[in-house]
Amino acid sequence: MAEETRIERPLSPFMIGPYYRPQLTSMSSILTRITGNALIVGTLLMVWWFLALAAGPEYFETAEWWITSWVGNLIMFGSLWAIWYHYLAGLRHLIFDAGKGLDIKTAEKLGWACIYGSVALTVATVIIYWI
Amino acid sequence: MRYLTDRKRAVGKGSAHTGAEHHWYMMVSSVALAFMVPTFLIIFGRALGSGYESALATFERPFPAILAGLTLFVGMQHFHKGARVMLEDYTSGTTRKLLIMLVVGLTYALTAAGIFGIAKIAL
Repeated sequence: MAEETRIERPLSPFMIGPYYRPQLTSMSSILTRITGNALIVGTLLMVWWFLALAAGPEYFETAEWWITSWVGNLIMFGSLWAIWYHYLAGLRHLIFDAGKGLDIKTAEKLGWACIYGSVALTVATVIIYWI
Repeated sequence: MRYLTDRKRAVGKGSAHTGAEHHWYMMVSSVALAFMVPTFLIIFGRALGSGYESALATFERPFPAILAGLTLFVGMQHFHKGARVMLEDYTSGTTRKLLIMLVVGLTYALTAAGIFGIAKIAL
């Protein structure tokens, strides 16, 4: 009969670097987390923009000046890429969850698809903004 | 010594007790967002930087207003559950609890503020 033993449960260790060599699969995975969490910054600016729009033209001018300043543009266009990357990586996650595409060759192809696809979609969206 | 099997001792003692529920919510919300986000990005991006009158004209219409509110709500729910997994991976104890509370509070505050703004514009 097994005894009840108290064990110190480890945190999930950070594997990349000391244990695993960086690979496309792990890098494209961690980038999903980074982009997803970083989107809070763009969301903050967006909510500020909506509140400013509701507040009236004078305040709106101040908010939009900041949000479309070069720092604001950097954050908003960065967020646009981040959202597309997270979008494609999320679709990849759904494919993986269905038990498909898990062999290394396909997984790496899907990783490149996320990277190139996110850049392509960002450029396409910016073109749509211009026209 | 208690005559319990290892399995019985382990049942119900998973780390969060609701792992599958969390994962399923992420799948449901991600599919919902996959449908909403592209249209929202185009509507919002075109309104951003277009000036007060034009931005107001966009979000006065029902479809952009509803889509913006819905995307913000589902997006923030998806965000806090995702951010929570990150916090559970890298932090522990009281720090973890406080950070999870902070993220949950922040996302609800952003949702409420955003929906208030959108409603005021649209109504």
